[in-house]
Amino acid sequence: MRAISCIAWSVFRESVRDRVPYNLVLFAVLLIASSFLIGQLTAGQDVKIIKDLGLAATAVFGLFIAIFIGIGLVSKEVERKSIYALLSKPISRPQLILGKYLGLVLTLAVNVAVMVAALYVVLAYMTFTESAQFRAGWDAPGIDPALLKSILLIFVELMLITALALFFSTFSTPLLSAALTFGFYIVGHFNNDLRNFEKVVDSPTVAWIARAFYHVLPDLSAFDVKTEVVHGLPVPAGYLVMTVAYGLLYITILLSASTLIFSRRDFK
Amino acid sequence: MRRSTTTGLSVVIVASFAMSVGLQAGRDRRYPRAERDTEQIMYVRSGGAMKRLTLDFDALAADIYWIRAIQHYGGDRRTDTKRRKYELLFPLLDHTTTLDPFFKIAYRFGAIFLSERYPGGAGRPDQAIALLQKGMAAQPTKWEYPHDIAFVYYWHLRDFKTAAEWFQRAAALPNAPNWLQPLAAGILTAGNDRAAARVLWNQILQSDEEWLRRNAERSLQQIDAMDLIDKLQARINQAPVPPGSEYSWIALVRRGVLPGIPLDPVGTPFEIDPATGVISVSERSSLHPMPDRMHAPKQ
Repeated sequence: MRAISCIAWSVFRESVRDRVPYNLVLFAVLLIASSFLIGQLTAGQDVKIIKDLGLAATAVFGLFIAIFIGIGLVSKEVERKSIYALLSKPISRPQLILGKYLGLVLTLAVNVAVMVAALYVVLAYMTFTESAQFRAGWDAPGIDPALLKSILLIFVELMLITALALFFSTFSTPLLSAALTFGFYIVGHFNNDLRNFEKVVDSPTVAWIARAFYHVLPDLSAFDVKTEVVHGLPVPAGYLVMTVAYGLLYITILLSASTLIFSRRDFK
Repeated sequence: MRRSTTTGLSVVIVASFAMSVGLQAGRDRRYPRAERDTEQIMYVRSGGAMKRLTLDFDALAADIYWIRAIQHYGGDRRTDTKRRKYELLFPLLDHTTTLDPFFKIAYRFGAIFLSERYPGGAGRPDQAIALLQKGMAAQPTKWEYPHDIAFVYYWHLRDFKTAAEWFQRAAALPNAPNWLQPLAAGILTAGNDRAAARVLWNQILQSDEEWLRRNAERSLQQIDAMDLIDKLQARINQAPVPPGSEYSWIALVRRGVLPGIPLDPVGTPFEIDPATGVISVSERSSLHPMPDRMHAPKQ
C-alpha cells in the first residue's frame, strides 16, 4: 500500500512540475470573463450558460489531462528507460500500474475540485448581484448543490478515460494511445445507439453483434446529466449509484487488463 | 542568456509589433477593403446531426445557438427595414431546442418574435406554433407551451375558437394559473375583445425576462392607442369638416374640436387621413405596425 501511495504522490508532483495546474488559471479566467460578457449577449440566460460552460469546461479540461498525461504514464517510463530503475525496487508491476493510475486520479480530483470551487464562486457572485424577481425565473437556484451530481459523473467518466489511456499506454506508443483513447471517447458517446440496433437492421445476427459491442465498449453517454441538473430536473439517486458502479467496474476491468499486459511485457 | 541580449530581443519584439500595427493601419487606409459579407449562414442544417456532433456538449452548443438566435434577431431588427429577413430565426431556435429540449425561454422567444408581424418579427405564427408544439412534446406537463400557442392564435391569427381551446388545454395542466379557465371562457364569448388581450399582456408583463416585459409594455401601449383612437374618432365624427375642406389636426384644433394635436402613448402624433378623417398610428411611431383592430370592451 505504501509503495502505491508513493508512486501516486510522485505522479501528482510530476504533473504539478509539468505545469498542469496552469489550466486552472485558464479555466478561472474563462469563467470570470464569460460571466461578464455573457450577460450582454444572452437575454437573461447568463446563469444557465455559466453552468453549461463551467460543467463543459470541467469535462473538457479533465479529458485533456486524462488523455495527455494518461498516455505517458507507462510509455514515458519505458522510453526514458527509467522503468528499469523502478522495477529493480521492491515494487510489483500491479503496484506500479495502480500507483500511476491513482496519481493521475489525484491530479484530476484536485483539478476538478478547484474548477468546481471557481464555478460556485462565479455562480454565487451572479446570484447575489441579481434581484429576487430575476432569480425567481431561473429553472434551478444559482448556487445549486444538484450540480455536484453532474460533477460526480464527470469525475467518474474522467477516471474511466484515464484507465483507458493507461490501458493503451501499456502496449502502444503515446501517439497511437492518444488516438485510440480519443476514438474510444467518441465511440463511447455513440454507444447508446448500438443498444437498439434491431430497429434499423433486419438481421438478428447484426443486431446481436451490435448489442454485444454496446456492452463491451464504454457507455460514456450515461455519464452526462448536465442538461438535467442545469434545468433543475430530477436525477434519481439510483441512477447515480448504478452509473458510478458501472464506471468503477469498467475501471476495474481496464486496470486488471493493463496489469495483465504490463506484467507480461519483457523489458530486457 | 545575457541581459543585453534579452533587452535587445524585447526591443525587437515591441518595435516589430508597433510597426506591424502601423503597416496594417496604413494599408487599410490606402487600399480600403470591402466589408466582408456579413450574411449569416447555418453551417449544419440538421439539429439532430448537430446533437450527434457535439457529443456530451449539446447543452453548451444549444447556448451558442441561443446566442446566435438573439444576435440574428437583434442584428436584423437594427438594420434598415428593407434588409430585415429573420430567415434564420426559426432554424436557429429549432437547433437550440433540439440540442437542449428543456430550454424553455427559447420556445417562448420563438412564440413572441417568430409570430410578431413583419418588420418587428418574422411574421411566421406557423413556425412559432411548430416550435411550441416541439416544446410540448419535450415537456408535456408544462402549461406555458399550450398557453403560448393559444396566445399566438389569439393575438396574431385572430382564431379565437382555437385560442380558447388551447387556453383550456393549458388550464387542465398541473400548476396552471387559475385565471386561464375564465380567460378561455371569456374569449369564447367575447372573441375579438381588448379586455382579454389586456389580461394576457399584463400576465406577460409579470415575466422575469426583460425583453418579454418590453414586448408586453409595447403591446399594452398599442391597445391604449386603439382606445385613444376610438375616443378621438368619435369626437371627429361628431364634427365633420365643411364641404371642400380636408381633415387636419391644425384645422380641428382651430375649430376647438380638439385641445391640441393628439399624441399616441409613446408621444408621436397620430396620423389623420385628410379625405376620410380616419385616425391611425404614425409609421414613425415605435408602435407601428399595429395589430389588427380589436373591439373595445363592452361597457
